[in-house]
Amino acid sequence: MEQLKTIGRELAMGSQGGGWTGQSKEFLDLVKSIGEARSKAEEDRIILREIDSLRRRIAEPDVPRRRMKEYIIRLVYAEMLGHDASFGYIHAVKMTHDDSLSLKRTGYLAVTLFLSDDHDLIILIVNTIQKDLRSDNYLIVCTALTAACKLINEETIPAVLPQVVDLLAHPKEAVRKKAVMALHRFYQRSPASVSHLISNFRKRLCDNDPGVMGATLFPLFDLITADVNSYKDLVISFVSILKQVAERRLPKAYDYHQMPAPFIQIKLLKILALLGSGDKQASGHIYNVLGDIFRKCESSSNIGNAVLYECICCVSSIYPNAKVLDAAAESTSKFLKSDSHNLKYMGIDALGRLIKINPDIAEEHQLAVIDCLEDPDDTLKRKTFELLYKMTKSTNVEVIVDRMIDYMISINDNHYKTEIASRCVELAEQFAPSNQWFIQTMNKVFEHAGDLLNVRVAHNLMRLIAEGFGEDDEGADSQLRSSAVNSYLRILGEPKLPSLFLQVICWVLGEYGTADGKYSASYIIGKLCDVTEAHLCNDTVKAYSISAIMKICAFEITAGRNVEMLPECQSLIDELSASHSTDLQQRAYELQALLCLDSQAVESVMPLDASCEDIEFDGNLSFLNSFVQQSIEKGARPYIPESERSGTFSVSNYNSQYQHEASSHTLRFEAYELPKPSPTPATPQISVSTRTTDLVPVPETTYYYTENNQASKLPPVSDASSADHGIKLHLDGVQKKWGRPTYSSSSSSTSSEKKTNGVTRIDGVSSPSRGTLYDSKGQQSEVSAEKQKLAASLFGASAGKTEKKLASTQRAPKATTATAERPGVTRAVSPEISKQKAASSPPPDLLDLGEPITTTTPTIDPFEQLEGLIGPTPGPSTLDNSVTTSEQKAPDLMTLYTDTPPSSNSSISSALGDIHSSDKNSQMAKNVPSIKKGPNPQDSLQKDATARHVGVTPTGNNPNLFRDLLG
Amino acid sequence: MIRAVIVMNTQGKPRLLKFYEFQPPEKQHELTRSVFAVLSGRPDNVSNFVEADAIFGPGTRLVYKHLATLYFVFVFDSCENELAMLDLIQVLVETLDRCFKNVCELDIVFNFNKMHTILDEIIFGGQVLETSSERVLKAVEEISRLEKSSSSVSFVPKSVSGRFGR
Repeated sequence: MEQLKTIGRELAMGSQGGGWTGQSKEFLDLVKSIGEARSKAEEDRIILREIDSLRRRIAEPDVPRRRMKEYIIRLVYAEMLGHDASFGYIHAVKMTHDDSLSLKRTGYLAVTLFLSDDHDLIILIVNTIQKDLRSDNYLIVCTALTAACKLINEETIPAVLPQVVDLLAHPKEAVRKKAVMALHRFYQRSPASVSHLISNFRKRLCDNDPGVMGATLFPLFDLITADVNSYKDLVISFVSILKQVAERRLPKAYDYHQMPAPFIQIKLLKILALLGSGDKQASGHIYNVLGDIFRKCESSSNIGNAVLYECICCVSSIYPNAKVLDAAAESTSKFLKSDSHNLKYMGIDALGRLIKINPDIAEEHQLAVIDCLEDPDDTLKRKTFELLYKMTKSTNVEVIVDRMIDYMISINDNHYKTEIASRCVELAEQFAPSNQWFIQTMNKVFEHAGDLLNVRVAHNLMRLIAEGFGEDDEGADSQLRSSAVNSYLRILGEPKLPSLFLQVICWVLGEYGTADGKYSASYIIGKLCDVTEAHLCNDTVKAYSISAIMKICAFEITAGRNVEMLPECQSLIDELSASHSTDLQQRAYELQALLCLDSQAVESVMPLDASCEDIEFDGNLSFLNSFVQQSIEKGARPYIPESERSGTFSVSNYNSQYQHEASSHTLRFEAYELPKPSPTPATPQISVSTRTTDLVPVPETTYYYTENNQASKLPPVSDASSADHGIKLHLDGVQKKWGRPTYSSSSSSTSSEKKTNGVTRIDGVSSPSRGTLYDSKGQQSEVSAEKQKLAASLFGASAGKTEKKLASTQRAPKATTATAERPGVTRAVSPEISKQKAASSPPPDLLDLGEPITTTTPTIDPFEQLEGLIGPTPGPSTLDNSVTTSEQKAPDLMTLYTDTPPSSNSSISSALGDIHSSDKNSQMAKNVPSIKKGPNPQDSLQKDATARHVGVTPTGNNPNLFRDLLG
Repeated sequence: MIRAVIVMNTQGKPRLLKFYEFQPPEKQHELTRSVFAVLSGRPDNVSNFVEADAIFGPGTRLVYKHLATLYFVFVFDSCENELAMLDLIQVLVETLDRCFKNVCELDIVFNFNKMHTILDEIIFGGQVLETSSERVLKAVEEISRLEKSSSSVSFVPKSVSGRFGR
């Protein structure tokens, strides 16, 4: 766009030459003065003045319509610059009623820019939109469709839906296209309100106009994303459409930069990727056309590369096939070798997809990847880090994580810093080669991004230090701890440390500071006191610190040594005893109390290195049984569980109800029940449960249904509670929560990566000579030795894999439950791969199959129909065929495609039925995980329990904990 | 889905904002500013893609093109292809250039309602509607022709709709 270069000059001249008719001098002056404004404040002043004058003039009676149009445009301009112009909204709405197309369009434009879809004024426009959708003038219809797309909300969809559906059969293809897309938009807004119209999308797929066909791909893509299985029958149709597009059977007008309808191709490839994912049979139909496109597509144009990239995505998503995989790898390497940053970016992304299927592909691109890593382009760098993250294994984790940390330190963008920090933590936890390295890495991450990390990461680190890495070797564990203590004592000298990191440091020092006898108790206590002094305003750190001091004192007392109270420690205790925070107060008093106890009592309160011990928790308070028995014998009234008392929910019932219906807190309109005489303790349980349900508002029944549903899906979690749910307190369930702490959720989000890693190892073992192969190739000589070294450390070194793998799998069961599953995943994947390899070795030459596939299956061919516009339609004969052979999948579409009402009606209705039922299924399927995701009191309880168990709950208040232990 | 189209000049002044999911004016302004902050920090000769999840939420990316004094920015989610979006910017710019004959920033400032018309013919409700600048131009010309004639004969709108219908 050479011409655009003239812009600056013209702006400087304030040129007003001819072009912009219809705008008044005032508007030109406004724009000009804003353009010349020196500061933001000056600009704001100008705009505010403009808004003031508009407010006055727009309210004048009898403003000429053309003048009004200009006012509205000026309002839009003012709002674009970020100023409120809401006083003019109503005038924009009025303008949509105008008969003149020009004014009407301006009105619509303004309201679509001004109003959100839940604005009060929308209701005034719906009627106009309705009327305009019925207009004879197709341009007005188009304008109304555009406005409907933006403004119609869930409530008003029914008002315009009939008109939009009628427009699907409009003679103008531009209108049909927009109607399809508007319907799609409605579907996005509220799937339920157009669910009965979904068959229309299938029908329009066979529209005479390729543009309309292309438009239907958008809604179909969404529908297929939501529910793949009900659209498997369309695979053959999509493939044949794609084939014809790629073979240039569309009119020339659809070409874009010599590419036949590239946007349609891209969308089709996306759809096929969804349909073929994990489906061997469907994928079988796709290979052929993918091969064609790889061969024909020219990679010189931008859009050609876009199609190629989409092909690679499709290949990586569908069931693997050696031939297309090779073609994809070849295209990827072309991308990576290109000089264009855009293509490199796409190449890195494509590589990330392909290595999921075959990790070896990365090997030949080592240097390209490293170049991208050192590129000044930030986007490319991040993409490359993403790739490295995907291909991390125990052999290259050190290099990758070190690089990531360096990058993390160098950037200021907190959002990305958080992301990359949590990735570092995850990789370090998963693949750490040594304890020393792990601790160092975590220190670096915490030091530079501590405030951005999730608290869970800190808890995880503490747990790892406490439990060790799972080797049964106690010596290694204590070595780990003392190295942690050493490094923390060193780091404490730094002036500014993130609060989260300080918490970890305090906890570890408290637990293990004196364990190896290297440091004296008073030294550690002094350090801890320094921490509190340096961070006066942070209560959490103080709490950690005082608890740590308490532990060290306790260990000293237990060991029979005398605890000399440092003056700074005493003053700290005094200060905290008078703290505003009750939590800190309590901790201070507890410490004071502890100091007065004898060594035996102290040992049972604070046993040495017991953070990993399970705390026995008797939820039924069975040790009180004899006392209760005695009291009852003496004539006391027996305890009535809360749930059996009239008119109250059981706690568990209330909690779970709260969980599911948190949003439905509405006013009760029915009267409260009359108070009942207190029931006898022996009230039959059934009547109780019915009474409770009576009290609950109507949706309760569905809730019970989902609860049961959930229970059946998740047996271990809520097994017991679903059966006689809502009747008694489930303390036995609670008791389990006090068991061994698990931080399982930390890496569960990365199961896909683990899969990759699993695959990685297997393949790595099978091809150990790759690295040397690469070296012998002796790439470009100008490549620096350093890069080579880096490459080797990233990609090569497959020799050491086996032992490392052993080590890491040993570690796995303890590290996280998700990693514990890793071997399982590996096992599950490996047969599939070997099978695939076996299948690909005697290849039925898929790429050269040529025509046969299309001839064997009676596909429908919208474009033949299209071409048939000139000649006679070839339809009828195939049509009969298809109706008779209704078992075949493809003809289903055919019947929809014929617009003859009698035959199509039935098939539509059956298709509708299908859609309905499948919709329901998917809804049900959706329900279950959503329940899981919701705020789960059990989860939080568990978390609370574990946190407490580790001995660090500054936010909690559980004074009973100690009493229980003592008692 | 395309989330937004932003055209702004190299000083960060918005020249056209179109959000396909409603954003209040203040939010629009804020988003534009953060996009500008990202773009102005990027050197020349780098890729045209930026991951925008810090600004527009997870999974969003943006593609931009820097032409003369203007940035053309398309924001979209994972359902679109970056290279294809880059070409869509090309379509928009080509169409503008044909429409205004040597398009410049001032054309866009003073005719931003026309620019909206063009954009509406290319992107509809966040989806790509048309990629041939010829056909976009034809549609836009038809609209402006009708606008002109309708404003001159606006007293008898019936006859207009009769003549131009179909």
